[in-house]
Amino acid sequence: MLKGSLGLIALSSLLLSGTAFAQEKIKVGVTATLEGTYTVLGEDGIRGFQTALNVLGKKVGDKELEFVIASTDATPDSAVRAVRKLIEQDKVQILLSPLSGDEGIAVKNFAKTHPELTFVNAASGAQETTYVDPAPNFFRYNMDGAQWQVGLGKYAYDEKKYRKIATVGEDYSFIYTQVFGLVLEFCGAGGQVTNRQWVPLGTKDFASVIAALPDDVDAIYLGLGGADAVNFLNQYQQAGGKAHLMGGSIMIDQTILSSKGNAKSALVGTLAASGQADTWENPSWQKFVKDYQDAFPPNKRFPSPSLLATNYYGSTMALILALRQVNGDLSNNQAKYKEALAKIELDAPNGKIKLDSNRQAIGTNFVTEVVDDGKGALFSKVVKVIPNVNQTLGYDPAVFAKIGLPSRTVPECKKY
Amino acid sequence: MTRFVERHPAWALIVIIAIAVMLWLIFAVWPPGLEEAIGRKRVFLNALFNGITLGGLYFLVASGFTLIFGLMRNVNLAHGSLYLFGGYVGYAISASTGSWILSFIVAFILTALVGVLLQVLVFRRMEGQDLRQTMVTIGLSIVFADLMLWACGGDFYQIQTPSWLIGPIELPLLTAIKSSGEPVYLRYPLVRLVILLASVIIGVAMWLALNRTRIGMIIRAGVDDRDILAATGVRIQIVFVLVFALGAGLAGIAGVVGGTFQSLSPGEDIRFLLASLVVVIVGGMGSIPGAALGALIIGLAEQLGSVYIPTYAIVVTFLIMVLVLAVRPQGLLARR
Repeated sequence: MLKGSLGLIALSSLLLSGTAFAQEKIKVGVTATLEGTYTVLGEDGIRGFQTALNVLGKKVGDKELEFVIASTDATPDSAVRAVRKLIEQDKVQILLSPLSGDEGIAVKNFAKTHPELTFVNAASGAQETTYVDPAPNFFRYNMDGAQWQVGLGKYAYDEKKYRKIATVGEDYSFIYTQVFGLVLEFCGAGGQVTNRQWVPLGTKDFASVIAALPDDVDAIYLGLGGADAVNFLNQYQQAGGKAHLMGGSIMIDQTILSSKGNAKSALVGTLAASGQADTWENPSWQKFVKDYQDAFPPNKRFPSPSLLATNYYGSTMALILALRQVNGDLSNNQAKYKEALAKIELDAPNGKIKLDSNRQAIGTNFVTEVVDDGKGALFSKVVKVIPNVNQTLGYDPAVFAKIGLPSRTVPECKKY
Repeated sequence: MTRFVERHPAWALIVIIAIAVMLWLIFAVWPPGLEEAIGRKRVFLNALFNGITLGGLYFLVASGFTLIFGLMRNVNLAHGSLYLFGGYVGYAISASTGSWILSFIVAFILTALVGVLLQVLVFRRMEGQDLRQTMVTIGLSIVFADLMLWACGGDFYQIQTPSWLIGPIELPLLTAIKSSGEPVYLRYPLVRLVILLASVIIGVAMWLALNRTRIGMIIRAGVDDRDILAATGVRIQIVFVLVFALGAGLAGIAGVVGGTFQSLSPGEDIRFLLASLVVVIVGGMGSIPGAALGALIIGLAEQLGSVYIPTYAIVVTFLIMVLVLAVRPQGLLARR
């Protein structure tokens, strides 16, 4: 009897202390692609997230942030499963999710079923996520794939004198969005996109795709990422490929530029565009690079942060800074917090970021060229900086709406 | 062969016509009308060769899988992990010594050792309990995958192709004739041809070993009736260990091959396990020629599919599997 009641007291005190702790904490769920084709991207995203925590700290007023990380594999169902687990089992109040394009669309739709919670997009960049029927509690502080290609088409046409190009891309929403941005600008300038090849995410054997590349084009645009990009380059080298290349935002990125082996050397001189450039002189970018480098030993990180690290850094920054503005007040279905998130203007490492009425980032874009630093390491060197890129890419919203949503065949190669 | 023709004259005719059409497609210069309809001949030939070479890689993985199944009735779902393990070992060796050939030898030996350990420590304890063995191998494959993720990280590794294998060679196959009358020959990556050749040699050697040697005879007898073989005084456990070591070692070699012309990363284990499952289901569980045929069909389907119907390329493989299961559930070349 005595033993039993003692146990009960112990148990209840444990429970009480548990709830006391819970009040002190704000739980945040984070997802990243730590499995499958995009593993390396997810790992570096998490590095960016941790760098942000190192810089900003985990305290919000007298509350402490607690993070739970869940893994996905770039498929929409894995993302929804991870987010649901974070909400239902781990009881998180805020989400930093997801990383990849298709995941973004799925998580945005899922966010509508939990209007009381707040979703901060971590790095996904499909246009549809915030452009079509956006969720009021979903905030995206990185630009979408099309915004990340602004400047590339014009630069290729005007400076490199490319007239005809072909594209190879992974068959999903983010790459559709990237090709959308490229085609719109390149064809608008007068260029021609003769052929668009789509390969399933996770393709290993590109030999036939490489054989089917057209010969009569000035350059080939690669919209691949992660393991797919490495495999492509490796087999491209074995097949003796020699064409000029252009790259998407996750193709020309440290995730590929610092991969092992020498296949990446085919990328030297490749023109690309992205939300960042490795060698940008801007002091806040340089500080971020240094923070990133200091946070991890050299063999556990890339020489310079990848686009994913930068995105996770920026999103985490928004998440924490807005939370501090409202002093951690998540009452009334997080209404105050959501308002703060919508209004916040970030001084992110890759330029100023603010949100539009769809809660989609307006930010800075970079046209880059891959250079060898002389010691065998490859970096993206900035050749052009374009500030204030919005989601309609400078088009009148009515005109932009007529182009249609990014897909395998949209947009057509013409001037809109 | 003659019996097949006598029994199914209609089928034989179809097969002969198909072969003739294929030969014409490969050797003739395509008329312009055909090029317009299905694309350039270079693309077709490349896809065809790629399918065959990819089949070579699939065969290397699946032959070990089918060999183990044939003798021990043990569906080793950790086979994909052995593939990935072999690849990582091969990478480590080739990165530290620079020798591509040595990486094959070491990968074979180490994965074979892992196979021996698996057989001695795990499978011997649950002999004859198919379901338990299958469940245990699923569990092991998850454990192995996490251990390898822990040791090697999520990075992609590529085994450096030796410099004498980099680049394409010209094959004596016409792809087109230029307007100037100059013939254009097919250029094809040398490394893939070497890999194909190697897998053909391994396949033939395995077939010979199984059908022409004493140990092969013992293994075949074991496939037919384990108990009687054991009763005749053959030390069946040693045969099991040997076969398991060989099957695992082949998966290790395949890992090095896969790491050379594709790449190694977490998740590859599952992909190759799935590929070898499909290959042996199509070819027939337990049959080496079946594994070869299955690997060829799946490799060709993947590559030709990725060129001519890119959207549905993934489905084609499984359609073939479904078709085989519906028409000939024991597999194309399985014995009754």
